[in-house]
Amino acid sequence: MKGILQEKGVALEKQRLTWRDMVQKPISKLDDDAYTRVRVILMNGIELEASRFSHACARMNPPALQRLLADVRIVEQHQATLINWLVGPDHSPLEATIAYEQVAIDVTAGVAMREPDPYLAQVYRFGLLEDFDHLYRYSALLDRLEGKDANNILQSYTDILPARPTLDHHRAPQDNVRKPYDRKKAAPLSKLHALTIMAAEQQTHNFYMNIGPMYADPVARQLYAEIASVEEQHVTQYESIIDPEESWLEKWVLHEVGEVYNYYGCMQQESNPRIKALWERFCDYELGHLQVALAAFKKFEKRDPEEIVPQELPEPIPFASQREFVRETLANEVDLRADGSEIVEKDKESKASLRYRKEVNANGSPSETISAGYRWAPGSELKLKVA
Amino acid sequence: MQTATEIGANHTGMDISPTAEEMLENTELTEPRGDERELAKLRAEYGSEADPVGTLPQTEGSLALLMDKLGERLAFERSGARLYDALMVKCKTGGAKIAAQELQHIRDEEAMHFALCGAAIQSLGGDPTEQTPCADVAGVEGMGLMQVLTDPRTTVAQALHAILVAEMTDNAAWEELIELAQPIGNDDLVARFQKAQENEAHHLEKVRAWYKAATMEALD
Repeated sequence: MKGILQEKGVALEKQRLTWRDMVQKPISKLDDDAYTRVRVILMNGIELEASRFSHACARMNPPALQRLLADVRIVEQHQATLINWLVGPDHSPLEATIAYEQVAIDVTAGVAMREPDPYLAQVYRFGLLEDFDHLYRYSALLDRLEGKDANNILQSYTDILPARPTLDHHRAPQDNVRKPYDRKKAAPLSKLHALTIMAAEQQTHNFYMNIGPMYADPVARQLYAEIASVEEQHVTQYESIIDPEESWLEKWVLHEVGEVYNYYGCMQQESNPRIKALWERFCDYELGHLQVALAAFKKFEKRDPEEIVPQELPEPIPFASQREFVRETLANEVDLRADGSEIVEKDKESKASLRYRKEVNANGSPSETISAGYRWAPGSELKLKVA
Repeated sequence: MQTATEIGANHTGMDISPTAEEMLENTELTEPRGDERELAKLRAEYGSEADPVGTLPQTEGSLALLMDKLGERLAFERSGARLYDALMVKCKTGGAKIAAQELQHIRDEEAMHFALCGAAIQSLGGDPTEQTPCADVAGVEGMGLMQVLTDPRTTVAQALHAILVAEMTDNAAWEELIELAQPIGNDDLVARFQKAQENEAHHLEKVRAWYKAATMEALD
C-alpha cells in the first residue's frame, strides 16, 4: 500500500455505526475458514489496544489532545464491538481459547519469519513456542472437559504438540523485560510487528482473566490461572521491545498506521466476501483516524510525519499455516530460556527465574495435570484408548 | 431463517483438509508425560474441600429438601415460560406448522406453575423470592437451552430439541415433588402438583410430536 499519508479515507464525522450495524450476523464456526476467525480475533485485539493506548495517552496529555483522542476512541470502541461480536455464540469459551492460541501461533510465526531484526525475531520465536505449548494444554482440556476436538477449530492448519512445557514458562519479572528497538533505526516493519503482537497478547491475557473464573472445573480454573500468568509475561515482553522514547503522539500515529496496515492485510487475504467488505470499510476508517493523528502530530509536536511514517506499507503479515517453521523452531529452540533481556541456553537461565518457578509450582502444575498422558488424535484421545 | 440443515462448505472435518496428513503426524510426534489419573485426583481434592453453592435459610428440618426442590421448580418453570417466549418467535420466523395458541397455552401453564410453586413455598412458611441451591444449579443446567432458543441461526427442529430436554426434566421433577410433598399430609398441595404433572405430561407429548414432525419435515 502506497502513500498512506495522502490517503484521506473516511472522514471521522462520517464514521457512525448504529447498534444494528455493530451487531451483525456472526461468522460460521463450522463453515468459515479458520483464518477468517483468526483475523476477527486479531483485529479485535488491535482495536482494544487502540482503546487502551488512547486512554493512557489521554491521562497524560492536555485537554486539547484528550478531546481528539476521545473523538477517535468512540469509533474504535464501536469497531471493536462489531468485530468481536462476529465470533458466533456456539463457540464455548474454551473453543474460543483454541482460536486465540491459533492467532498467537500462526500470526507470531508469520511475524518471526519476516522480522528483519534478529534479536526481535528471536524474541518472537521464544514467545511462539510458549503459545504453541498452551495450545496443547488447552486441547487436552477441551477433549477431557467438553469432549470436543480442538482440530474442529484449527482445521488441520496448526499442530497440537507439546513444546517448551508451560510449567517452565514462569519467570522472575526481570527476565521478561527485553531490549527495545531504536525508534530512529528500526525498520517500519519491526514497529508494526511489535505493536501487532503486543495487541494480540494483551487481548489474550484479558480474555483468559475474564473467562477463567467462569469454569466450574477446578482443573480448568487452575489452567487458566496459570496460562493467564504467562500471557501477562508475554505482554511485558512485547511492550518492552517498543522504544519508550517514542513520544505520545508518535505512538498514536504508529498505532493508527498499524491499524491501517493490519486491516489492509486482512482485506487482501479474506475469503469471506462479507467480512472482506468490512475490512475494506474499516481500513478506510483507519485512514481517517490517521489523518486526525497526523494533524495532531504536526500541531503539537511541530514534526514532519514522514520522519516516522513510511511512504509505502510493508507486505502484510501472512494468515496461513506455518507448520514447517513452527516445527523447525520447536526442534531447535525448545530448550531456550531467559536471563534478563537475553534468550539463553537452558543451563544459563537466570537463578531468579528458577527460584520464582519453584515457588509458583510448589503445589503442582495445572498444565501438567490436564495433559498428563495426553496425545491429540482425530476426534478425541478416546479413539486411542477404545481401539 | 434456515428451516433445515443444508449441505455446504463445512470446514471442520479432516477429509476436506489438504494438510490432514501432517496433522495426523501429531499423534505419533507426541510423547506424553504423566498419568491421566492426576486430573481426577485434583478434582477430588477440591471436591473434598468445597463449600456448598449456598444454603437454605432457617427451615423446619423435614421440609428442607422439599423447599429446596420447590425453589428449583419455581426457577425452572419461570425459565420455562421464557423458553416458550423464545420458541414462539422461532416458530413464527421459521414458518413452523405449530398453532401459536398451543404454544401460548403451554407458555401460560409454565407461568402458572411458577406461581403455584411460589404459593406453595409461602404456604409452607418460606420465601418465594429466595434462590435456593437447587434453583441455582438448575439455572446452570439450563444455560445452554436458552442459547439454542435465542440463536437466530438455529432451526425450529433444533429449538424443539432443546425444549424437549427441558420438558423431559420437568416431567421427572414434578414426579419427585409429588413424592416429597406426600409425607407432609397436605392433600390440596399434592393435588395441585398432580395437576401440574398432568399438564407437563401433555407438554412433553406435544413437544415430542412437534420435534418429530419438524425433524422429518427437514428431510422432505
